[in-house]
Amino acid sequence: MHALANPARFLRFAKPATTWLLLVGFMLAVGGVAAGLTLTPPDYLQGETVRILYIHVPSAWLGMAGWGGIAAASVSQLVWRHPLAAVGGRAVAPAGATFAAICLITGSIWGRPTWGTWWEWDGRLTSMLVLFFLYLGYIALASAERERGGEGRITAIYGLVGAINLPIIHYSVLWWRTLHQGESIGLTGSTIDNSILWPLPLTMIGFTCLFGAATVMRMRAELAEAKVEARMRRMGRE
Amino acid sequence: MNPWPFVISAYWVAICLTAGLLVWAFVSMRRAEAAADDLKRK
Repeated sequence: MHALANPARFLRFAKPATTWLLLVGFMLAVGGVAAGLTLTPPDYLQGETVRILYIHVPSAWLGMAGWGGIAAASVSQLVWRHPLAAVGGRAVAPAGATFAAICLITGSIWGRPTWGTWWEWDGRLTSMLVLFFLYLGYIALASAERERGGEGRITAIYGLVGAINLPIIHYSVLWWRTLHQGESIGLTGSTIDNSILWPLPLTMIGFTCLFGAATVMRMRAELAEAKVEARMRRMGRE
Repeated sequence: MNPWPFVISAYWVAICLTAGLLVWAFVSMRRAEAAADDLKRK
């Protein structure tokens, strides 16, 4: 990570990375979505609605991983003063908020035919909604602090405090057994049959690459904007 | 209850929001990098 601390060195890596992330992400996501819609059998209980799994699970993972990235960027900024940490945190937030929103909306659409309700104030659903609002708060705070010319330290502290919500989301299905089912996919295995499960890794990796591409593009935009601002200030002084 | 309208609308939401995010990120990046290049040339 320290090798990429220099913005010029980061840009040399980011330009080809953007193209590759977009290409690989697009191919895997389209392949996984097409396979999930046409090649897998319906579930014996959920029927065809199980197909929503192929977009809901990656969006839930990315919504949470996005805040993990913000927390890591916050630590890098506060402890090591990494020059790209604040830029990285600000770049991750819109992508994380988008995937948290996709998770909430697709979950709600899945809930109507499966549970008979669009929404329930269940532990998992509520903590995911809190995560979405945390993202909105982070984006607003980062933008306000940047406009005032701050270093982004308050935003970084907010990013670290917000990370408390991540274990709450993860363990919510164990702590409050209400409507959302327990963990179906863990590190040791899955309770989902392989005939249904196999397109999921494709959409997981595909959407993760697209998330990475969006983040890298936002970082490039932020670095270019910073360059313009610095040059304008210099020209103003001359 | 026919499940397909639910499946299709969930996919539609996911595809539109992901495409929107990528297009916005791409356009903002190109605009910012073009402005930086213009200023450098001047």
